[in-house]
Amino acid sequence: MKPFAYSRETGLDHALARGKEDGVRYLAGGTTLIDLMRLGVEEPSTVVDLRALPLRDIKADGDGVQIGALATNTEVAYHPLIAKAYPVLSEALLSGASPQLRNMASVGGNLLQRTRCSYFRDPSSPCNKRMAGSGCPALDGYNRSNAILGVSSSCIATHPSDMAVALLALDAVVHVRGGGGERAVPMGDFHVAPGSTPAVETALQKGEIITHVTVPASPFAQRSHYVKVRDRASYAFALSSAAVALDVSGGVVKSARVVLGGVATKPWRATEAEAELVGKPPTSMSFDAAGAAAVRGAVPRTHNAFKVELAKRTVARALRDLVGKA
Amino acid sequence: MVDASLKRPLSFDVNGKTVNVDVAPMARLLDVLREDLHLTGAKEGCGEGECGACAVIVDDKLVNSCLIPALQARGASVRTIEGVAKGDVLHDVQKAFLTWGGAQCGICTPGMVLAAVSLLEKNPKPTEQDVRVALAGNLCRCTGYMKIFESVLKACETAMARESASEAAR
Ligand SMILES: Cc1cc2nc3c(=O)[nH]c(=O)nc-3n(C[C@H](O)[C@H](O)[C@H](O)COP(=O)(O)OP(=O)(O)OC[C@H]3O[C@@H](n4cnc5c(N)ncnc54)[C@H](O)[C@@H]3O)c2cc1C
Ligand code: SF4
Ligand code: FES
Ligand code: FES
Repeated sequence: MKPFAYSRETGLDHALARGKEDGVRYLAGGTTLIDLMRLGVEEPSTVVDLRALPLRDIKADGDGVQIGALATNTEVAYHPLIAKAYPVLSEALLSGASPQLRNMASVGGNLLQRTRCSYFRDPSSPCNKRMAGSGCPALDGYNRSNAILGVSSSCIATHPSDMAVALLALDAVVHVRGGGGERAVPMGDFHVAPGSTPAVETALQKGEIITHVTVPASPFAQRSHYVKVRDRASYAFALSSAAVALDVSGGVVKSARVVLGGVATKPWRATEAEAELVGKPPTSMSFDAAGAAAVRGAVPRTHNAFKVELAKRTVARALRDLVGKA
Repeated sequence: MVDASLKRPLSFDVNGKTVNVDVAPMARLLDVLREDLHLTGAKEGCGEGECGACAVIVDDKLVNSCLIPALQARGASVRTIEGVAKGDVLHDVQKAFLTWGGAQCGICTPGMVLAAVSLLEKNPKPTEQDVRVALAGNLCRCTGYMKIFESVLKACETAMARESASEAAR
Protein backbone atom coordinates (compact mmCIF):
# COMPACT_ATOMS: atom_id res chain seq x y z
CA MET A 1 0.00 0.00 0.00
CA LYS A 2 1.25 3.50 -0.78
CA PRO A 3 2.02 5.47 2.39
CA PHE A 4 -0.70 7.88 3.47
CA ALA A 5 -1.50 10.12 6.37
CA TYR A 6 -4.38 9.26 8.66
CA SER A 7 -6.55 11.59 10.68
CA ARG A 8 -9.71 11.11 12.65
CA GLU A 9 -12.20 13.98 12.68
CA THR A 10 -14.87 14.42 15.33
CA GLY A 11 -16.69 17.45 13.88
CA LEU A 12 -18.53 17.57 10.58
CA ASP A 13 -17.23 21.04 9.63
CA HIS A 14 -13.62 20.04 10.21
CA ALA A 15 -14.09 16.89 8.19
CA LEU A 16 -15.67 18.87 5.34
CA ALA A 17 -12.74 21.30 5.34
CA ARG A 18 -10.29 18.39 5.10
CA GLY A 19 -12.34 16.82 2.32
CA LYS A 20 -11.65 19.76 -0.01
CA GLU A 21 -7.91 19.10 0.03
CA ASP A 22 -6.28 17.21 -2.81
CA GLY A 23 -5.68 13.52 -2.37
CA VAL A 24 -8.06 13.15 0.56
CA ARG A 25 -10.42 10.22 0.90
CA TYR A 26 -12.98 9.76 3.62
CA LEU A 27 -12.98 6.49 5.50
CA ALA A 28 -15.96 4.82 7.13
CA GLY A 29 -15.96 1.02 7.48
CA GLY A 30 -13.02 0.72 5.10
CA THR A 31 -14.33 -2.42 3.41
CA THR A 32 -14.24 -0.77 -0.01
CA LEU A 33 -11.52 1.82 0.45
CA ILE A 34 -8.87 -0.28 2.22
CA ASP A 35 -9.44 -3.12 -0.24
CA LEU A 36 -8.94 -0.79 -3.22
CA MET A 37 -5.90 0.84 -1.61
CA ARG A 38 -4.32 -2.56 -1.15
CA LEU A 39 -4.94 -3.29 -4.83
CA GLY A 40 -3.47 0.08 -5.81
CA VAL A 41 -6.74 1.24 -7.39
CA GLU A 42 -7.10 4.03 -4.81
CA GLU A 43 -3.99 5.92 -3.74
CA PRO A 44 -5.04 8.74 -1.40
CA SER A 45 -2.33 10.79 0.28
CA THR A 46 -4.59 11.35 3.30
CA VAL A 47 -7.35 9.28 4.77
CA VAL A 48 -9.85 11.17 6.91
CA ASP A 49 -11.68 8.81 9.25
CA LEU A 50 -15.32 9.81 9.67
CA ARG A 51 -16.30 7.13 12.14
CA ALA A 52 -16.20 9.42 15.17
CA LEU A 53 -18.76 11.81 13.64
CA PRO A 54 -22.19 11.74 15.28
CA LEU A 55 -23.91 10.26 12.22
CA ARG A 56 -24.88 6.88 13.49
CA ASP A 57 -28.44 7.20 14.77
CA ILE A 58 -31.37 5.32 13.33
CA LYS A 59 -34.58 7.04 14.36
CA ALA A 60 -38.19 7.73 13.44
CA ASP A 61 -38.67 10.66 11.07
CA GLY A 62 -42.33 11.58 10.83
CA ASP A 63 -43.94 8.37 9.58
CA GLY A 64 -40.68 7.27 8.02
CA VAL A 65 -37.19 6.60 9.28
CA GLN A 66 -33.87 8.40 9.26
CA ILE A 67 -30.68 6.38 9.02
CA GLY A 68 -27.30 7.92 9.89
CA ALA A 69 -24.63 7.49 7.23
CA LEU A 70 -22.30 5.79 9.69
CA ALA A 71 -24.83 3.25 10.96
CA THR A 72 -23.44 -0.16 10.11
CA ASN A 73 -25.19 -2.50 7.72
CA THR A 74 -25.79 -4.85 10.66
CA GLU A 75 -27.35 -2.11 12.79
CA VAL A 76 -29.71 -1.13 10.00
CA ALA A 77 -30.69 -4.67 9.01
CA TYR A 78 -31.76 -5.69 12.50
CA HIS A 79 -33.18 -2.37 13.68
CA PRO A 80 -36.80 -2.71 14.89
CA LEU A 81 -37.86 0.38 12.91
CA ILE A 82 -36.56 -1.24 9.73
CA ALA A 83 -36.92 -5.01 9.89
CA LYS A 84 -40.72 -4.81 10.21
CA ALA A 85 -41.65 -1.74 8.22
CA TYR A 86 -39.12 -2.12 5.38
CA PRO A 87 -38.49 -5.85 4.91
CA VAL A 88 -36.88 -5.32 1.50
CA LEU A 89 -34.14 -3.22 3.09
CA SER A 90 -33.29 -5.75 5.80
CA GLU A 91 -33.36 -8.60 3.34
CA ALA A 92 -31.11 -6.78 0.88
CA LEU A 93 -28.58 -5.89 3.57
CA LEU A 94 -28.50 -9.41 5.00
CA SER A 95 -28.00 -10.86 1.53
CA GLY A 96 -24.81 -8.82 1.14
CA ALA A 97 -21.24 -9.64 2.13
CA SER A 98 -20.66 -11.53 5.41
CA PRO A 99 -21.51 -10.91 9.07
CA GLN A 100 -18.02 -9.51 9.74
CA LEU A 101 -18.19 -7.16 6.78
CA ARG A 102 -21.70 -6.01 7.64
CA ASN A 103 -20.46 -5.16 11.14
CA MET A 104 -17.93 -2.80 9.55
CA ALA A 105 -19.69 -1.50 6.42
CA SER A 106 -21.60 1.77 6.75
CA VAL A 107 -24.67 3.03 4.92
CA GLY A 108 -22.76 5.90 3.29
CA GLY A 109 -19.92 3.63 2.22
CA ASN A 110 -22.34 1.06 0.88
CA LEU A 111 -23.89 3.67 -1.44
CA LEU A 112 -20.41 4.65 -2.62
CA GLN A 113 -18.89 1.19 -3.01
CA ARG A 114 -17.15 0.65 -6.33
CA THR A 115 -17.80 -1.87 -9.05
CA ARG A 116 -16.36 -5.38 -8.85
CA CYS A 117 -15.45 -5.33 -12.58
CA SER A 118 -12.19 -7.28 -12.60
CA TYR A 119 -10.49 -4.89 -15.02
CA PHE A 120 -11.34 -1.95 -12.77
CA ARG A 121 -9.77 -3.78 -9.83
CA ASP A 122 -6.54 -4.49 -11.71
CA PRO A 123 -4.42 -1.32 -12.01
CA SER A 124 -2.29 -2.89 -14.76
CA SER A 125 -5.31 -3.12 -17.06
CA PRO A 126 -6.87 -0.29 -19.05
CA CYS A 127 -10.26 0.86 -17.75
CA ASN A 128 -12.17 4.03 -18.57
CA LYS A 129 -13.58 4.26 -15.09
CA ARG A 130 -10.16 4.17 -13.44
CA MET A 131 -8.22 6.02 -16.12
CA ALA A 132 -10.31 8.16 -18.46
CA GLY A 133 -9.79 7.35 -22.14
CA SER A 134 -7.75 4.19 -21.59
CA GLY A 135 -10.47 1.96 -23.03
CA CYS A 136 -12.87 -0.66 -21.74
CA PRO A 137 -11.52 -4.21 -22.04
CA ALA A 138 -14.78 -5.63 -20.65
CA LEU A 139 -16.70 -4.76 -23.82
CA ASP A 140 -15.04 -7.56 -25.77
CA GLY A 141 -13.29 -9.34 -22.92
CA TYR A 142 -14.60 -11.38 -20.03
CA ASN A 143 -17.89 -9.75 -19.13
CA ARG A 144 -19.92 -12.42 -17.36
CA SER A 145 -20.59 -10.24 -14.32
CA ASN A 146 -21.07 -7.01 -16.26
CA ALA A 147 -24.22 -5.04 -16.96
CA ILE A 148 -26.90 -5.36 -19.63
CA LEU A 149 -28.86 -2.22 -18.72
CA GLY A 150 -27.74 1.41 -18.53
CA VAL A 151 -24.56 0.57 -20.41
CA SER A 152 -22.53 2.80 -22.73
CA SER A 153 -19.71 2.21 -25.18
CA SER A 154 -17.36 3.52 -22.45
CA CYS A 155 -18.33 1.24 -19.56
CA ILE A 156 -20.58 -1.72 -18.74
CA ALA A 157 -19.72 -2.13 -15.06
CA THR A 158 -22.48 -3.18 -12.67
CA HIS A 159 -23.21 -1.30 -9.49
CA PRO A 160 -22.72 -3.98 -6.84
CA SER A 161 -24.80 -2.71 -3.91
CA ASP A 162 -27.78 -4.70 -2.69
CA MET A 163 -28.82 -2.05 -0.18
CA ALA A 164 -29.04 0.68 -2.82
CA VAL A 165 -31.46 -1.41 -4.88
CA ALA A 166 -33.80 -1.68 -1.89
CA LEU A 167 -33.44 2.01 -1.01
CA LEU A 168 -34.42 3.00 -4.55
CA ALA A 169 -37.51 0.81 -4.35
CA LEU A 170 -38.45 2.59 -1.12
CA ASP A 171 -38.13 6.13 -2.58
CA ALA A 172 -35.32 6.92 -0.14
CA VAL A 173 -33.53 10.27 -0.15
CA VAL A 174 -29.79 10.77 0.41
CA HIS A 175 -28.85 13.83 2.48
CA VAL A 176 -25.44 15.32 1.91
CA ARG A 177 -23.46 18.22 3.38
CA GLY A 178 -20.88 20.23 1.50
CA GLY A 179 -19.26 23.63 1.62
CA GLY A 180 -22.47 25.12 0.27
CA GLY A 181 -24.73 23.59 2.91
CA GLU A 182 -27.14 20.69 2.78
CA ARG A 183 -28.72 18.98 -0.20
CA ALA A 184 -31.27 16.23 -0.47
CA VAL A 185 -30.80 13.89 -3.43
CA PRO A 186 -33.52 11.35 -4.26
CA MET A 187 -32.08 7.84 -4.64
CA GLY A 188 -33.15 7.86 -8.29
CA ASP A 189 -30.76 10.76 -8.97
CA PHE A 190 -27.95 9.67 -6.67
CA HIS A 191 -26.29 7.08 -8.89
CA VAL A 192 -25.63 7.99 -12.52
CA ALA A 193 -25.14 5.79 -15.57
CA PRO A 194 -21.62 5.84 -17.07
CA GLY A 195 -22.35 7.61 -20.37
CA SER A 196 -19.07 8.99 -21.66
CA THR A 197 -17.73 9.72 -18.15
CA PRO A 198 -17.69 6.41 -16.27
CA ALA A 199 -15.52 7.87 -13.50
CA VAL A 200 -18.56 9.86 -12.37
CA GLU A 201 -20.74 7.41 -10.48
CA THR A 202 -22.88 9.55 -8.20
CA ALA A 203 -24.25 13.04 -7.74
CA LEU A 204 -21.86 13.57 -4.82
CA GLN A 205 -19.48 16.50 -5.35
CA LYS A 206 -15.87 16.48 -4.22
CA GLY A 207 -15.61 16.83 -0.45
CA GLU A 208 -19.30 16.34 0.25
CA ILE A 209 -20.27 14.02 3.08
CA ILE A 210 -23.38 11.86 3.20
CA THR A 211 -24.96 12.61 6.57
CA HIS A 212 -28.05 10.41 6.49
CA VAL A 213 -30.66 8.69 4.38
CA THR A 214 -34.38 9.13 4.91
CA VAL A 215 -36.90 6.49 3.96
CA PRO A 216 -40.49 7.68 3.81
CA ALA A 217 -43.53 5.72 4.84
CA SER A 218 -45.29 4.41 1.75
CA PRO A 219 -48.29 2.22 1.05
CA PHE A 220 -46.03 -0.47 -0.41
CA ALA A 221 -43.05 -0.41 2.00
CA GLN A 222 -44.28 -3.16 4.23
CA ARG A 223 -45.21 -5.48 1.39
CA SER A 224 -41.75 -5.57 -0.09
CA HIS A 225 -39.17 -8.23 -0.80
CA TYR A 226 -35.62 -8.78 -2.10
CA VAL A 227 -34.45 -11.72 -4.15
CA LYS A 228 -30.78 -12.17 -4.99
CA VAL A 229 -29.38 -14.74 -7.39
CA ARG A 230 -25.68 -15.52 -7.17
CA ASP A 231 -23.14 -18.21 -7.89
CA ARG A 232 -23.25 -19.66 -4.39
CA ALA A 233 -25.84 -19.52 -1.65
CA SER A 234 -24.06 -17.07 0.58
CA TYR A 235 -21.46 -14.37 0.44
CA ALA A 236 -21.29 -13.44 -3.24
CA PHE A 237 -22.31 -10.44 -5.28
CA ALA A 238 -25.57 -10.57 -7.21
CA LEU A 239 -25.63 -11.89 -10.76
CA SER A 240 -29.16 -10.56 -10.71
CA SER A 241 -31.41 -9.24 -7.98
CA ALA A 242 -34.77 -7.58 -7.63
CA ALA A 243 -36.35 -5.37 -4.98
CA VAL A 244 -40.10 -5.39 -5.37
CA ALA A 245 -42.91 -3.71 -3.47
CA LEU A 246 -46.64 -3.78 -4.01
CA ASP A 247 -49.61 -1.84 -2.71
CA VAL A 248 -52.60 -4.10 -3.30
CA SER A 249 -56.13 -3.22 -2.33
CA GLY A 250 -59.43 -4.65 -3.46
CA GLY A 251 -57.52 -7.37 -5.29
CA VAL A 252 -55.83 -4.87 -7.58
CA VAL A 253 -52.30 -3.46 -7.58
CA LYS A 254 -52.50 0.28 -6.79
CA SER A 255 -48.82 1.01 -6.99
CA ALA A 256 -45.65 -1.01 -7.49
CA ARG A 257 -41.89 -0.75 -7.34
CA VAL A 258 -39.56 -2.96 -9.35
CA VAL A 259 -35.83 -2.27 -9.08
CA LEU A 260 -33.08 -4.46 -10.52
CA GLY A 261 -29.60 -5.09 -9.13
CA GLY A 262 -26.59 -6.96 -10.49
CA VAL A 263 -27.55 -6.34 -14.11
CA ALA A 264 -27.28 -2.57 -14.51
CA THR A 265 -24.71 0.18 -14.20
CA LYS A 266 -26.71 1.69 -11.35
CA PRO A 267 -29.61 0.52 -9.21
CA TRP A 268 -32.17 0.17 -11.98
CA ARG A 269 -35.77 1.20 -11.57
CA ALA A 270 -37.89 -0.68 -14.11
CA THR A 271 -40.84 1.69 -14.56
CA GLU A 272 -42.15 -0.29 -17.54
CA ALA A 273 -42.34 -3.35 -15.32
CA GLU A 274 -44.20 -1.36 -12.70
CA ALA A 275 -46.68 -0.21 -15.34
CA GLU A 276 -47.38 -3.85 -16.23
CA LEU A 277 -48.48 -4.47 -12.65
CA VAL A 278 -50.58 -1.43 -11.79
CA GLY A 279 -54.34 -1.67 -12.22
CA LYS A 280 -54.30 -5.46 -12.49
CA PRO A 281 -54.73 -8.29 -10.02
CA PRO A 282 -51.39 -9.60 -8.76
CA THR A 283 -51.14 -12.79 -10.78
CA SER A 284 -48.34 -14.87 -12.26
CA MET A 285 -49.32 -13.60 -15.68
CA SER A 286 -48.68 -9.98 -14.83
CA PHE A 287 -45.53 -10.95 -12.91
CA ASP A 288 -44.11 -12.60 -16.01
CA ALA A 289 -45.12 -9.60 -18.08
CA ALA A 290 -43.36 -7.35 -15.56
CA GLY A 291 -40.23 -9.50 -15.83
CA ALA A 292 -40.23 -9.22 -19.59
CA ALA A 293 -40.78 -5.46 -19.46
CA ALA A 294 -37.95 -5.05 -16.94
CA VAL A 295 -35.29 -6.19 -19.42
CA ARG A 296 -36.66 -4.40 -22.48
CA GLY A 297 -33.76 -2.63 -24.18
CA ALA A 298 -31.12 -4.83 -22.54
CA VAL A 299 -27.76 -5.00 -24.32
CA PRO A 300 -26.24 -8.42 -23.69
CA ARG A 301 -22.61 -9.27 -24.46
CA THR A 302 -20.66 -12.48 -25.09
CA HIS A 303 -20.61 -13.87 -21.55
CA ASN A 304 -23.53 -12.14 -19.86
CA ALA A 305 -26.41 -12.84 -22.26
CA PHE A 306 -27.81 -15.26 -19.67
CA LYS A 307 -28.61 -12.26 -17.51
CA VAL A 308 -31.51 -11.23 -19.73
CA GLU A 309 -33.50 -14.34 -18.92
CA LEU A 310 -32.16 -14.45 -15.37
CA ALA A 311 -33.27 -10.89 -14.58
CA LYS A 312 -36.71 -11.56 -16.06
CA ARG A 313 -37.16 -14.57 -13.85
CA THR A 314 -35.71 -12.85 -10.81
CA VAL A 315 -38.39 -10.16 -11.07
CA ALA A 316 -41.22 -12.66 -11.56
CA ARG A 317 -39.97 -14.84 -8.73
CA ALA A 318 -39.60 -11.89 -6.33
CA LEU A 319 -43.19 -10.86 -7.05
CA ARG A 320 -44.50 -14.40 -6.65
CA ASP A 321 -42.64 -14.84 -3.35
CA LEU A 322 -43.95 -11.50 -2.16
CA VAL A 323 -47.57 -12.30 -2.84
CA GLY A 324 -47.15 -15.82 -1.47
CA LYS A 325 -45.55 -14.38 1.66
CA ALA A 326 -48.28 -11.88 2.49
CA MET B 1 10.78 1.06 4.16
CA VAL B 2 8.33 3.32 5.85
CA ASP B 3 9.68 6.71 6.85
CA ALA B 4 9.82 6.47 10.65
CA SER B 5 8.51 10.02 10.96
CA LEU B 6 5.20 8.81 9.53
CA LYS B 7 4.75 6.37 12.39
CA ARG B 8 2.12 7.24 14.94
CA PRO B 9 1.59 6.08 18.50
CA LEU B 10 -1.36 3.78 18.99
CA SER B 11 -2.87 2.59 22.23
CA PHE B 12 -5.65 0.04 22.54
CA ASP B 13 -6.66 -2.96 24.63
CA VAL B 14 -5.90 -6.46 23.47
CA ASN B 15 -7.35 -9.34 25.42
CA GLY B 16 -7.80 -7.12 28.45
CA LYS B 17 -4.33 -5.53 28.46
CA THR B 18 -3.50 -2.06 27.21
CA VAL B 19 -0.80 -2.04 24.55
CA ASN B 20 1.19 0.87 23.11
CA VAL B 21 2.86 0.59 19.73
CA ASP B 22 4.15 2.92 17.04
CA VAL B 23 2.55 2.05 13.75
CA ALA B 24 2.83 3.15 10.16
CA PRO B 25 -0.41 4.75 8.97
CA MET B 26 -0.96 2.08 6.37
CA ALA B 27 -0.50 -0.78 8.80
CA ARG B 28 -3.62 -2.83 9.18
CA LEU B 29 -4.87 -4.06 12.53
CA LEU B 30 -3.91 -7.55 11.33
CA ASP B 31 -0.29 -6.42 10.75
CA VAL B 32 0.00 -4.87 14.20
CA LEU B 33 -1.48 -7.92 15.91
CA ARG B 34 0.81 -10.32 14.08
CA GLU B 35 4.02 -8.35 13.59
CA ASP B 36 4.17 -6.01 16.55
CA LEU B 37 2.26 -7.92 19.19
CA HIS B 38 3.19 -11.42 17.98
CA LEU B 39 -0.41 -12.56 18.24
CA THR B 40 -0.26 -14.79 15.20
CA GLY B 41 -3.57 -16.57 15.72
CA ALA B 42 -5.31 -14.26 13.27
CA LYS B 43 -4.24 -15.28 9.77
CA GLU B 44 -4.06 -13.51 6.46
CA GLY B 45 -5.95 -15.72 4.05
CA CYS B 46 -7.00 -13.32 1.34
CA GLY B 47 -6.39 -9.79 2.58
CA GLU B 48 -9.62 -8.61 1.02
CA GLY B 49 -12.51 -9.54 3.27
CA GLU B 50 -13.34 -12.81 1.53
CA CYS B 51 -12.17 -15.50 3.92
CA GLY B 52 -12.54 -14.51 7.59
CA ALA B 53 -9.21 -16.03 8.65
CA CYS B 54 -8.23 -12.63 10.07
CA ALA B 55 -11.40 -12.23 12.16
CA VAL B 56 -11.09 -10.59 15.57
CA ILE B 57 -13.65 -9.06 17.89
CA VAL B 58 -13.42 -5.27 18.17
CA ASP B 59 -15.71 -3.60 20.72
CA ASP B 60 -17.88 -6.71 20.81
CA LYS B 61 -18.21 -6.97 17.06
CA LEU B 62 -16.71 -9.60 14.83
CA VAL B 63 -14.70 -7.86 12.08
CA ASN B 64 -12.03 -8.61 9.48
CA SER B 65 -8.74 -7.20 10.76
CA CYS B 66 -7.28 -7.19 7.25
CA LEU B 67 -9.55 -4.28 6.28
CA ILE B 68 -9.06 -2.13 9.37
CA PRO B 69 -6.36 0.52 9.43
CA ALA B 70 -4.59 -0.06 12.72
CA LEU B 71 -4.97 3.59 13.68
CA GLN B 72 -8.72 3.18 13.54
CA ALA B 73 -8.41 0.84 16.53
CA ARG B 74 -7.22 3.64 18.81
CA GLY B 75 -8.94 3.21 22.18
CA ALA B 76 -10.76 0.10 21.06
CA SER B 77 -11.02 -3.17 22.91
CA VAL B 78 -9.81 -6.05 20.77
CA ARG B 79 -10.20 -9.75 21.44
CA THR B 80 -8.17 -12.25 19.49
CA ILE B 81 -8.16 -16.04 19.55
CA GLU B 82 -5.31 -15.85 22.09
CA GLY B 83 -7.77 -14.31 24.58
CA VAL B 84 -10.56 -16.85 24.20
CA ALA B 85 -9.28 -19.52 26.61
CA LYS B 86 -9.10 -18.61 30.29
CA GLY B 87 -5.50 -19.49 31.12
CA ASP B 88 -5.21 -23.21 30.45
CA VAL B 89 -8.95 -23.75 30.37
CA LEU B 90 -10.26 -23.86 26.84
CA HIS B 91 -13.53 -22.22 25.86
CA ASP B 92 -16.44 -24.61 25.22
CA VAL B 93 -16.18 -23.83 21.52
CA GLN B 94 -12.48 -24.70 21.44
CA LYS B 95 -13.08 -27.96 23.29
CA ALA B 96 -15.90 -28.87 20.95
CA PHE B 97 -13.76 -28.17 17.87
CA LEU B 98 -11.13 -30.55 19.28
CA THR B 99 -13.62 -33.23 20.21
CA TRP B 100 -15.91 -33.11 17.20
CA GLY B 101 -13.41 -32.62 14.40
CA GLY B 102 -14.10 -28.94 13.76
CA ALA B 103 -10.46 -28.30 12.91
CA GLN B 104 -8.21 -29.97 10.38
CA CYS B 105 -5.35 -27.87 9.02
CA GLY B 106 -6.28 -25.10 11.42
CA ILE B 107 -5.90 -22.07 9.17
CA CYS B 108 -9.55 -21.10 9.40
CA THR B 109 -9.96 -22.22 13.00
CA PRO B 110 -9.13 -19.00 14.90
CA GLY B 111 -11.64 -17.08 12.77
CA MET B 112 -14.25 -19.83 13.00
CA VAL B 113 -13.91 -20.06 16.78
CA LEU B 114 -14.19 -16.30 17.20
CA ALA B 115 -17.22 -16.17 14.91
CA ALA B 116 -18.82 -18.92 16.98
CA VAL B 117 -17.89 -17.29 20.30
CA SER B 118 -19.30 -14.01 19.06
CA LEU B 119 -22.54 -15.72 18.03
CA LEU B 120 -22.96 -17.57 21.33
CA GLU B 121 -22.42 -14.42 23.36
CA LYS B 122 -25.34 -12.82 21.55
CA ASN B 123 -27.46 -15.90 21.05
CA PRO B 124 -26.71 -18.79 23.45
CA LYS B 125 -29.25 -21.10 21.80
CA PRO B 126 -28.72 -20.79 18.07
CA THR B 127 -30.35 -23.06 15.52
CA GLU B 128 -28.17 -24.72 12.91
CA GLN B 129 -29.37 -22.06 10.48
CA ASP B 130 -28.23 -19.31 12.89
CA VAL B 131 -24.82 -20.99 13.06
CA ARG B 132 -24.60 -21.20 9.28
CA VAL B 133 -25.44 -17.51 8.93
CA ALA B 134 -23.01 -16.45 11.66
CA LEU B 135 -20.16 -18.41 10.08
CA ALA B 136 -20.96 -17.46 6.48
CA GLY B 137 -17.99 -15.09 6.30
CA ASN B 138 -15.45 -17.77 7.21
CA LEU B 139 -14.14 -20.07 4.53
CA CYS B 140 -12.76 -23.53 5.22
CA ARG B 141 -10.92 -25.60 2.62
CA CYS B 142 -10.73 -28.77 4.69
CA THR B 143 -13.71 -29.78 6.76
CA GLY B 144 -16.66 -29.32 4.44
CA TYR B 145 -18.23 -27.22 7.24
CA MET B 146 -20.55 -29.89 8.67
CA LYS B 147 -18.18 -30.79 11.49
CA ILE B 148 -17.71 -27.14 12.26
CA PHE B 149 -21.46 -26.52 12.55
CA GLU B 150 -21.75 -29.64 14.66
CA SER B 151 -18.93 -28.51 16.95
CA VAL B 152 -20.61 -25.16 17.55
CA LEU B 153 -23.93 -26.81 18.36
CA LYS B 154 -22.20 -29.27 20.70
CA ALA B 155 -20.54 -26.36 22.46
CA CYS B 156 -23.99 -24.88 23.10
CA GLU B 157 -25.21 -28.18 24.50
CA THR B 158 -22.24 -28.30 26.87
CA ALA B 159 -22.88 -24.75 28.03
CA MET B 160 -26.57 -25.43 28.54
CA ALA B 161 -25.96 -28.70 30.38
CA ARG B 162 -23.55 -26.93 32.71
CA GLU B 163 -26.05 -24.16 33.31
CA SER B 164 -28.88 -26.50 34.22
CA ALA B 165 -26.53 -28.55 36.43
CA SER B 166 -25.50 -25.44 38.33
CA GLU B 167 -29.14 -24.40 38.64
CA ALA B 168 -30.04 -27.86 39.99
CA ALA B 169 -27.22 -27.58 42.53
CA ARG B 170 -28.62 -24.30 43.85
C1 LIG C 1 -15.55 -9.62 0.24
C2 LIG C 1 -16.63 -8.60 0.09
C3 LIG C 1 -17.91 -9.00 -0.28
C4 LIG C 1 -18.94 -8.06 -0.41
N1 LIG C 1 -20.19 -8.48 -0.80
C5 LIG C 1 -21.17 -7.55 -0.97
C6 LIG C 1 -22.47 -7.93 -1.40
O1 LIG C 1 -22.77 -9.11 -1.61
N2 LIG C 1 -23.42 -6.96 -1.57
C7 LIG C 1 -23.13 -5.64 -1.33
O2 LIG C 1 -24.03 -4.80 -1.49
N3 LIG C 1 -21.91 -5.25 -0.94
C8 LIG C 1 -20.93 -6.17 -0.76
N4 LIG C 1 -19.69 -5.76 -0.38
C9 LIG C 1 -19.40 -4.32 -0.35
C10 LIG C 1 -19.66 -3.69 0.98
O3 LIG C 1 -21.05 -3.63 1.21
C11 LIG C 1 -19.07 -2.29 0.91
O4 LIG C 1 -17.68 -2.41 0.84
C12 LIG C 1 -19.44 -1.44 2.11
O5 LIG C 1 -20.82 -1.26 2.20
C13 LIG C 1 -18.74 -0.11 2.05
O6 LIG C 1 -18.98 0.59 3.24
P1 LIG C 1 -17.76 1.10 4.13
O7 LIG C 1 -18.34 1.87 5.25
O8 LIG C 1 -16.86 -0.01 4.50
O9 LIG C 1 -17.06 2.06 3.08
P2 LIG C 1 -15.59 2.65 3.00
O10 LIG C 1 -14.69 1.66 2.38
O11 LIG C 1 -15.18 3.24 4.29
O12 LIG C 1 -15.88 3.84 1.99
C14 LIG C 1 -16.26 3.59 0.65
C15 LIG C 1 -16.22 4.92 -0.10
O13 LIG C 1 -17.22 5.79 0.38
C16 LIG C 1 -16.68 7.01 0.87
N5 LIG C 1 -17.48 7.34 2.05
C17 LIG C 1 -17.81 6.50 3.06
N6 LIG C 1 -18.69 7.10 3.90
C18 LIG C 1 -18.93 8.33 3.39
C19 LIG C 1 -19.78 9.42 3.78
N7 LIG C 1 -20.56 9.35 4.87
N8 LIG C 1 -19.78 10.53 3.02
C20 LIG C 1 -19.02 10.61 1.91
N9 LIG C 1 -18.20 9.63 1.50
C21 LIG C 1 -18.16 8.50 2.23
C22 LIG C 1 -15.22 6.72 1.11
O14 LIG C 1 -14.45 7.88 0.89
C23 LIG C 1 -14.93 5.66 0.06
O15 LIG C 1 -14.60 6.26 -1.15
C24 LIG C 1 -18.66 -6.69 -0.19
C25 LIG C 1 -17.38 -6.28 0.19
C26 LIG C 1 -16.36 -7.21 0.33
C27 LIG C 1 -15.01 -6.74 0.75
S1 SF4 D 1 -16.72 -2.04 -17.69
FE1 SF4 D 1 -16.23 -0.06 -16.78
S2 SF4 D 1 -15.09 -0.62 -14.97
FE2 SF4 D 1 -15.04 -2.44 -16.29
S3 SF4 D 1 -13.21 -2.20 -17.58
FE3 SF4 D 1 -14.87 -1.25 -18.70
S4 SF4 D 1 -14.68 0.90 -18.10
FE4 SF4 D 1 -13.57 -0.24 -16.55
S1 FES E 1 -7.57 -12.19 5.38
FE1 FES E 1 -9.15 -10.89 6.08
S2 FES E 1 -10.90 -11.79 5.25
FE2 FES E 1 -9.34 -12.99 4.36
S1 FES F 1 -9.48 -26.60 8.78
FE1 FES F 1 -8.26 -26.14 7.05
S2 FES F 1 -9.22 -24.39 6.26
FE2 FES F 1 -10.60 -25.01 7.77
